Amino acid sequence: MMKPTIKTAFAAVLTAAAVSAAALAPTTAHAAAAGPKPEVQDWTFKGLFGTFDRASVQRGYQVYKEVCAACHSLNLIKFRNLADIGYSEAQVKALAAEYEIEDGPNDDGEMFMRKRTPSDPMPSPFPNAKAAAAANGGKAPPDLSLITKARAQGGDSVIKVSMKHPGGFTIGADYIYALLTGYEEAPDGFEMPPGGSYNKYFPGHVIAMAPPLVEEGVEFSDGTKATVSQMAHDVTMFLAWTAEPELEARKRLGVKVMLFLLALTGMLYALKRKIWSDIH
Amino acid sequence: MSEQQPTSKFMQNGVVKWIEHRMPIFSFIDHSVGSGYPAPKNLNYWWNFGSLAGLALIIMIVSGIVLVMHYTPHTTLAFNSVERIMRDVNGGWLIRYLHMNGASFFFIAVYIHIFRGLYFGSYKYPRELLWIIGVLILLAMMATAFMGYVLPWGQMSYWGATVITNLFSAIPVVGESLVTLLWGGFVVDNPTLNRFFSLHYLLPFVILGLVIMHIWALHTFGSNNPTGVDVKGPQDTIPFHPYFTIKDLYGMGVFMLIFLFFVFFAPNYFGEADNYIPADSLATPPHIVPEWYFLPSYAILRAFTNEFILYWPVSWLMTAKLAGVIAMFGSIILLALIPWLDTSKVRSARYRPVYKWFFWIFVLDWIVLGMVGAHPAEGIWVVLGQVATTYYFAHLLLILPILGVLERPLATPESISASVTQPAE
Ligand code: HEC
Ligand code: HEM
Repeated sequence: MMKPTIKTAFAAVLTAAAVSAAALAPTTAHAAAAGPKPEVQDWTFKGLFGTFDRASVQRGYQVYKEVCAACHSLNLIKFRNLADIGYSEAQVKALAAEYEIEDGPNDDGEMFMRKRTPSDPMPSPFPNAKAAAAANGGKAPPDLSLITKARAQGGDSVIKVSMKHPGGFTIGADYIYALLTGYEEAPDGFEMPPGGSYNKYFPGHVIAMAPPLVEEGVEFSDGTKATVSQMAHDVTMFLAWTAEPELEARKRLGVKVMLFLLALTGMLYALKRKIWSDIH
Repeated sequence: MSEQQPTSKFMQNGVVKWIEHRMPIFSFIDHSVGSGYPAPKNLNYWWNFGSLAGLALIIMIVSGIVLVMHYTPHTTLAFNSVERIMRDVNGGWLIRYLHMNGASFFFIAVYIHIFRGLYFGSYKYPRELLWIIGVLILLAMMATAFMGYVLPWGQMSYWGATVITNLFSAIPVVGESLVTLLWGGFVVDNPTLNRFFSLHYLLPFVILGLVIMHIWALHTFGSNNPTGVDVKGPQDTIPFHPYFTIKDLYGMGVFMLIFLFFVFFAPNYFGEADNYIPADSLATPPHIVPEWYFLPSYAILRAFTNEFILYWPVSWLMTAKLAGVIAMFGSIILLALIPWLDTSKVRSARYRPVYKWFFWIFVLDWIVLGMVGAHPAEGIWVVLGQVATTYYFAHLLLILPILGVLERPLATPESISASVTQPAE
């Protein structure tokens, strides 16, 4: 009676593992006085075949460029990366050339300014973290390159969250969207320190970033109406891309590898059955 | 290299014969994993996890070596160098995610492998040394994974390293100097990162050496089997090749399917969001949690507070912190003594009706410890952690020795082949 025992044991261990995975909810850095749970959004990059919506991600870049870039750097992104989200080589060149960068020394030993090229990084608004903090009431605006990966949010662990959404840090994106649309009047009696704004979703509710998005704050060239939620959605989509630029390639390759392995494993199983058929 | 009996076609080949005469490597391979190695014919799928752990080790070493080609072990560059691997190195994200998730899957395979040994009594005579080497492998893996996690130099890397290395300061007299030695200074900083990098490269090869010894010891008496009864003759065994080579390959296929699903579709499932924030010595995350595979040990460490019963007997001698550190390391090291703590003569839990229950309770206890380790030490989790820790040690130090004396085992079969014809349970 060997078979049932093994099967039951396997089942027991798998159940135990599932239960423990559900319960392994390491509280993250942002658990303290976390606000309501960010609402789950239907991002196009979710799921096994997810991709970044090109139009949305490009509008998101525009929001970043015209609004967020005043305070937030995007250090891990170079202009040439923009080709991944559908900009042509000429467009990338033109976008880069809007900014200057210090280069040198030249043959005379002097530093000089020149236009940025596609291989240059995006410009930082502040020379260093100290300057960034000084300009923002003591709180430096964080670099946004990895922000959707760096926020699982709300005391919810990545493990628990991804059980619900396999396919990436969607909840990080959900949180960013919620944060950008989560400003409201502080409740009566709430003591707001100077320079702070009340945000439902920010841990502790006092955030040093004033509401960055206002209705019609940017003008989208594709005619999309620039509501706050539209801009928040688009810029979050853009930031999800900056955090995981490999996502599309990863999922595409993943599907192929899974299919290949499935076939291979099936063949190995058939072979195993055949080789073992004379053993009892 | 299909059939490698000394008389096989392969062995008749001139080149093969030339080499074999000077260095009998082909018969060595044949006796290790070929048709010349007899294995019990009744091994079940739990016996797949050894080869899976081996596969995981190879994946770790290969992906690790490639990572090192692009990684920079310096506090100001490490974080960004890992992101460069993710973004600019061709296929870099794949290598990095293989390594990151490979560590988790290595531990999954090894933990199941260990529990398999506990269930079927694989640690008993004559396999005690084999088992002890296994415990050493586990310790070396833990050290390796801990130091590897520091390398990307994110917030959890930094604060995890700070919390864990600080534990050693609890050791009387030498504690402080030991911590200074680990750190290479008076805080966790660049020298710490550098020595961890160096050791993280070294230790996997120590593990490889231990694995070779592990397999050497294994092949001296051969595998245990689900009945726990010794092999009595050739009717009980089948050649390793092709029977177990194909079974192991099939197992590897299944393992890779699950492993790669995570790599491609949920690569940060086992990770912490905070490790995507660069290390900052001025901003402490409110909750510092280790990687999941350390959670049971972490729970045991934190169970030791001044109120904990197990601490009382030693409270005149040491601080609760030191007691916790000793218990944490002790909980692993004690595993090496199980061959002597378990007094039963019967190997397999299949014929130990009472032990079988205690085995599953022990598994459950370990899972509870893992859950406790994941939660902040507050409220119910404190009590639960202390109860589970007490039970962990009670299982090893009381239940195993006493049960072996009191339990009436079922009749074990004459031999492996006899067990196949007559019902086992
Ligand atoms: C006027 C400067 C300013 C602008 C413009 C600005 N931010 Fe911020 N942002 C800040 C500051 C300052 C913080 C730090 C807040 C704190 O820690 O209290 C911050 C923090 C954040 C955070 C991190 C929140 C967290 O969980 O820690 C995100 C995400 C963010 N900003 C996104 C954006 C986006 C997207 C935009 C553009 C739509 C934007 N910001 C525009 C100043 C700005
Ligand atoms: C026993 C096998 C090994 C284990 C358990 C292990 C474990 C780990 C872990 C947990 C990390 C952190 C992953 C992350 O969060 O990014 C890591 C990183 C790293 N490991 Fe290993 N490792 C092993 C073998 C090796 C080997 C053999 C090498 C090189 C020869 C290596 C090189 C590296 C490098 C360069 C990093 C930093 C890059 C990164 O963080 O992705 N590892 N390792």
